[in-house]
Amino acid sequence: MRAATIIYRREMGTYLQSIVGRIVGSLALLLMGVTFQVFGAKTQLSGEMLQQFFWGSSGVVMGVSIILSVRLVAEDRQTGSLLLLNTSPVRDVEIILGKFFAAQSFLALILAVSVYIPLLIKSEGKITGAQIFVGYLGLFLLGSATLAIGVFASTLSKQQIVSAVIGAAIVMLMLLFYQLSRKLEPPVKDIFAELDLWWIHFQQGFMKGVFNLKDAVYYVAVTYFFLLLSVKTMEAKRWQ
Amino acid sequence: MIQVSKLSKYYGGKRALGPVSFEIDDGETVGFLGLNGAGKTTALRILACDLRPSAGAVNVGGVDALNDPHEVRKRIGFLPESPPLYQEMTVGSYLEFAADLRRVSRGDRTKMVGEAIELTDLGAVSADPINTLSHGFRQRVGLAQAIVHKPALVILDEPTRGLDPKQIVEMRKLIHGLKDRHTVLISSHILAEVSQTCDRLLVLGQGRILGAGTEAELAAHEGNVKLVSITVRVPPAASGEPYRDGEVDAKKTISTVLSRIDGIKEVTEPQSRGDGWAVSLTSTKDLRAEISRAVVQAGLDLLKLDYARSELENTFLRLVDTGASAEA
Repeated sequence: MRAATIIYRREMGTYLQSIVGRIVGSLALLLMGVTFQVFGAKTQLSGEMLQQFFWGSSGVVMGVSIILSVRLVAEDRQTGSLLLLNTSPVRDVEIILGKFFAAQSFLALILAVSVYIPLLIKSEGKITGAQIFVGYLGLFLLGSATLAIGVFASTLSKQQIVSAVIGAAIVMLMLLFYQLSRKLEPPVKDIFAELDLWWIHFQQGFMKGVFNLKDAVYYVAVTYFFLLLSVKTMEAKRWQ
Repeated sequence: MIQVSKLSKYYGGKRALGPVSFEIDDGETVGFLGLNGAGKTTALRILACDLRPSAGAVNVGGVDALNDPHEVRKRIGFLPESPPLYQEMTVGSYLEFAADLRRVSRGDRTKMVGEAIELTDLGAVSADPINTLSHGFRQRVGLAQAIVHKPALVILDEPTRGLDPKQIVEMRKLIHGLKDRHTVLISSHILAEVSQTCDRLLVLGQGRILGAGTEAELAAHEGNVKLVSITVRVPPAASGEPYRDGEVDAKKTISTVLSRIDGIKEVTEPQSRGDGWAVSLTSTKDLRAEISRAVVQAGLDLLKLDYARSELENTFLRLVDTGASAEA
């Protein structure tokens, strides 16, 4: 996995040093602050205020994750720099993991910087550190799953805009599973509800400061599934 | 170093390459020569383990590329038509990245990157971001990434494409510098390119090898037709009439002189060119001495005599034409 580390370092360098990375990071923090101001300020209860913050932040995290991830492979393919990786002794799984973990680290950095908002709520209200931690764990896991979807979309096209549309479409579809399940009968109804990306696992769990192992397992499974699809797509396209 | 056997590549039902078979020895510099669409890039991308062939076998340095492409990739350096650069990186950090990907140990990395920078003369820009460099420098960076890990085989696809004449000369020098260290494969549709840099040529046309050998071997091929162009001036004394007023006589005089030379196959009608007459003629052997002697002995002024096309160009076009006829 040495190559994955090498690719990780390069991608992290790109996020931290490029204007695009800084703009996306700044925009994410700005939007998290604005959504908190708009939705969190409606309530006087600190617990609800924290939930409103995580509610708004989850949307920002999903959007930012798509933006961060769709460039990862598509841009390399578009500029031709993917040939450097394709003709080097580097496995496809190393390429995907190196790029994914870099995007995930950058997302974690954005989340870490935003922690001042819940700390402000905590300083004036009655929320616990565990509630904050669980909420952030949820944002991180939701973001990781969305990043994996974005990476997969990125392997499908060399046009970043096409990848972004595909990634956003998959996320939107997975956000509609819960609404769709309400029109279905068991057991299909339960399956669709459990596959929903946000409602069951984030809104009814992490957002409220409730940690359920099944929610964490769900996000890890979605992440693994789309990363596996990404590796298989890379393998199919690389040596065809 | 490389053994290729019955290699072919199809895109859907369309044949892009093959079947082709060839061998390349250690230390050779071999040029893939062909028109656009001849299959050069496809062949090189297969050898670089970027494309999987539809059929056939490729062995690089004793390793089967189809069964173990990963191992073959360790032994090659590849410069595609457009260098695979990360524009935002500095030259030095990009080459370190390329060296790391090629599994150069941390201990050797600085030294090997330094050597690649020195060989490609990138020292002055090693700290500059790649997106600030000229096209010529970017091409050099592309070459540096292909050799930074000192691979046994260096594959260069159209390395001088888009360069200005000065940059082309510099790139040729760099390629010459590789010859002692690596086996080198170069593709080009520019004859002078391969002529000046390669030990041996493989001429490709419509996905097949139309000819192989040194430039001299290809030129000596039976049936090779040489095209010579001459320009002569006909003094009044030679034609019996003043030059401008005796056009018919001048043409007749030139044609008569040339028709006496054995071995000439075809002669074009003399065309007025400035102060002389231009004629093209074909032969199967070098008749330049005979032509010059006959022209001078007839009292004509020989203003110019040369091959209308270079030996290699002549050979190349003949091979391509033959290949196209066979395909039809």
